[in-house]
Amino acid sequence: MADVNRGNRPLSPHLQVYKLPVAAVTSIMTRITGHALVAGILLLVWWLVAAVSSPGAFACADWVVRSWIGFVVLAGSTWALWYHTLAGIRHLFYDAGIGLEIEQARNSSWIIIIGSVILTLLSIIIFFLA
Amino acid sequence: MRYVTPLKAAEGLGSAHTGTQHHWAMTVSACALVLLTPAFLLVVGNAIGLPQEGVIAYFGRPYPAIVTALFVIVGMVHFIKGTRIMIDDYFHHTARKVAIIVSVIFSWAVIAAAVYALVKMAFVTIVI
Repeated sequence: MADVNRGNRPLSPHLQVYKLPVAAVTSIMTRITGHALVAGILLLVWWLVAAVSSPGAFACADWVVRSWIGFVVLAGSTWALWYHTLAGIRHLFYDAGIGLEIEQARNSSWIIIIGSVILTLLSIIIFFLA
Repeated sequence: MRYVTPLKAAEGLGSAHTGTQHHWAMTVSACALVLLTPAFLLVVGNAIGLPQEGVIAYFGRPYPAIVTALFVIVGMVHFIKGTRIMIDDYFHHTARKVAIIVSVIFSWAVIAAAVYALVKMAFVTIVI
């Protein structure tokens, strides 16, 4: 029998209609932070190459690194790096079959979120004190 | 119609023909990066703010140079394999191939640039 109601049936709920659980948000953020880290590494490698190029090139790169733009990129990269590191460590535990229960995944998600913020603030404090 | 049973596809290294190679490479590089990340942050944190000669002398020393080289090389190889998964998820056909090629070329260019700078600093700093 042909399905006469093909275009008018209720659709299967798609990803966008759910309120994502925190474990799903921390999971996709791992991918996003991993890719966004390219900005920080590019800025630092440009700065390193500029240091062996010429005084003018270094002055330009060093100005960007130490400007507020540089601070935003490097502080953001520091957070992304800590976040990706903590989420990566969780992934290693997941691979070993540890922490896969819903409650455990929810707890580890909050550890990653709060832990990455604390480690970033610590990094910035150490950077400005040292 | 394929006259092949699912078992045949799963045997040996499976349908991808590379087995768990990618996953294992990510596991190994992730463990290395857990050690390298705090070391690299401290190294870079101490270098930012130095004048040009200071930066060259600083990265001319063995520890900052080796930590930075390892972080960039291991990090970018980890990045190539990480973007590959993202590309496989969101890109298809020719766009997928182009994205993989761009990702690999870009990552090795970043590695080459960083290694070049570090090697040059090492030579500039050599005192006999």
